[in-house]
Amino acid sequence: MTSPLDQKIKITGPIVVTANRVGDGAVVYRRGGGWTTALGEADVTANATAAREWINAAIADDLNAAGAYIAPVKLTAAGGVEPGNLRESIRRDGPSIALPEPFDLEDMIARKKNQDAHVPL
Amino acid sequence: MYLYDDYDRTLVAERVADFRDQVARRLSGELTEDEFKPLRLMNGVYLQLHAYMLRISIPYGTLSSQQLRMLGHVARRYDRGYGHFTTRQNIQFHWIKLKELPDAMADLASVGMHGMQTSGNNVRNVTTDQWAGVAPDEIEDPRIWAEVIRQHVTLHPEFSFLPRKFKIAVGAAAHDRAALRIHDLALRLHRNGAGETGFEVMVGGGLGRTPYLAKTVKPFLQKRDVLSYVEAVLRTYNQFARRDNIWKARIKILVHDLGAEAFAKEVDAEWQSIKDGPLALDAAVIAEIASRFRYPQYRRLDDGPAELAAARRADRRFDAWVNNSVANHKVPGYAIVTLSLKPEGGTPGDATAEQMDAIADLSDRYSFGEIRVGHEQNLALPHVAQGDLAALWRELDAIGVATANVGLISDIIACPGLDYCSLANARSIPIAQEIASRFRNLDLARDLGRLHINISGCINACGHHHVGHIGILGVEKNGEEFYQITLGGKADDDARLGTLIGPAVPYAQVADVVEDIAAAYVELRAQPDELFIDTLKRTGIEPFRERVYAAR
Repeated sequence: MTSPLDQKIKITGPIVVTANRVGDGAVVYRRGGGWTTALGEADVTANATAAREWINAAIADDLNAAGAYIAPVKLTAAGGVEPGNLRESIRRDGPSIALPEPFDLEDMIARKKNQDAHVPL
Repeated sequence: MYLYDDYDRTLVAERVADFRDQVARRLSGELTEDEFKPLRLMNGVYLQLHAYMLRISIPYGTLSSQQLRMLGHVARRYDRGYGHFTTRQNIQFHWIKLKELPDAMADLASVGMHGMQTSGNNVRNVTTDQWAGVAPDEIEDPRIWAEVIRQHVTLHPEFSFLPRKFKIAVGAAAHDRAALRIHDLALRLHRNGAGETGFEVMVGGGLGRTPYLAKTVKPFLQKRDVLSYVEAVLRTYNQFARRDNIWKARIKILVHDLGAEAFAKEVDAEWQSIKDGPLALDAAVIAEIASRFRYPQYRRLDDGPAELAAARRADRRFDAWVNNSVANHKVPGYAIVTLSLKPEGGTPGDATAEQMDAIADLSDRYSFGEIRVGHEQNLALPHVAQGDLAALWRELDAIGVATANVGLISDIIACPGLDYCSLANARSIPIAQEIASRFRNLDLARDLGRLHINISGCINACGHHHVGHIGILGVEKNGEEFYQITLGGKADDDARLGTLIGPAVPYAQVADVVEDIAAAYVELRAQPDELFIDTLKRTGIEPFRERVYAAR
């Protein structure tokens, strides 16, 4: 089997190198030989040689980040960096659904009293 | 409840100490991710899209109030204030930090909980009927046998590196509520013609990219032989299954390739050599395990107390909830109450820390401190006095777990999908939410009757889409989310795999398709009480297919 480090890298557009931070699993992007949590600050390339160097360096930085891979991005007219697909959008922004809200116990009690008022037993 | 002994407590405590050391070595760089990954997986720790995920085992779906309170504590202290109950009666926390995991595990260990064998190629959490021990149609409590198996396979060195994961379920009721036929190995306790109780053994079920229903390899197995036979099945699987291809490594592929009869012969040959050895179960051993299950001291009550009837007359919502979410109990005067974790706008199977605390308190007051987790991603209070139902309902309603949609179209089973899971191709949760929103009118949902929707965000099928009456599978096409629709699946005692009705539809059309299917059913049903699944069986999928694709 070909080592991941030796696999041919095909690039059809701008990419970043991304991974998850070891300590907390947060999404991180390669930047200047280190990592950033902001996609907008990530190093971007469309060059396969650079991409190979970056991914090899990212994989070697095993102490700080795990599961490094190359992810597509889109460049905006204003020079911004946007995720290249839905998966990367969700990784950047978090789940696309509303996360559960902490429950308000006082609200619960108020609702219970309200219920009690009109359910005679 | 089952009372763990010192052996269990020591084992769990030692595992926490081991894992604490492993995490420290990972964080210091002494262990690489490649070296650490198999260690974390042995403790139920995955690395998902946004964070680490911790999956915690809930053996046979039974929780004490103390354990549920601890899950609430873990959600609040180490996660983002909620947890996700899964289709295998486990719970997952999606935002755990690696550096805090040892402390979270130590807290869980203090109430006998852990993540061992919730991932990796070993025997996973043994599941059962969530109504075990209280269902009127049950022969005996299947959890005793699940516990026998749990004890045997926990950290069993021969079965810690199987070709792939291995899922076991045990049922003991006339109606299968444990989805037996979709398990690698399933045991169904029943009576033979002579009136003896023993097990039907089914092997080779599973969903994923190659779905199969388990085949019966032994119609009747004596109880004394259950452990030796399970061992023989596992050994046969371990010896003959493929290890060269992850997609061909499950026992279902082996059983299919060999044929059930040939597989059973291999198992039998192995079994004959061990059946009368140390694994033959002594009645005293079973009695000892059974004695560690503590049952409530039920009061002597009558069914149908006057206060219940009065409360039902007084409040239509309460009456509807009783009809939908309350089931008969084997003890007179008691009831089994299902708590819907499928509120409109919610994520199927999610519960907040505050809900967990409140449910734990309610279980102490109304259900002898016991809670059950079902594979449908709902909870249950298994021992509620019928006279307490109205008071309980008001409190459940206040915390958002009394939606009267159990078994209805909005009681959707869904995996976390692309919103959380690194394996997923498409989202599941927002699809479930949109469908639930379309059918939020419970009168309409009740009119449609029992109708199960299952959604998976990828072919691994954690949402069990193959066995949904309506199954929805997310796929990715040219960077877009599409969904394949199957009809006619069932996971009960008449289990079937659904049939694909046609080309996948885009994300935005899935809820429309479900509405079309529901509308077709209403037109096609022979009478108002003909269930969706029965109409489908009678008409076949063609009229539904026509309805769905004529409009697109």
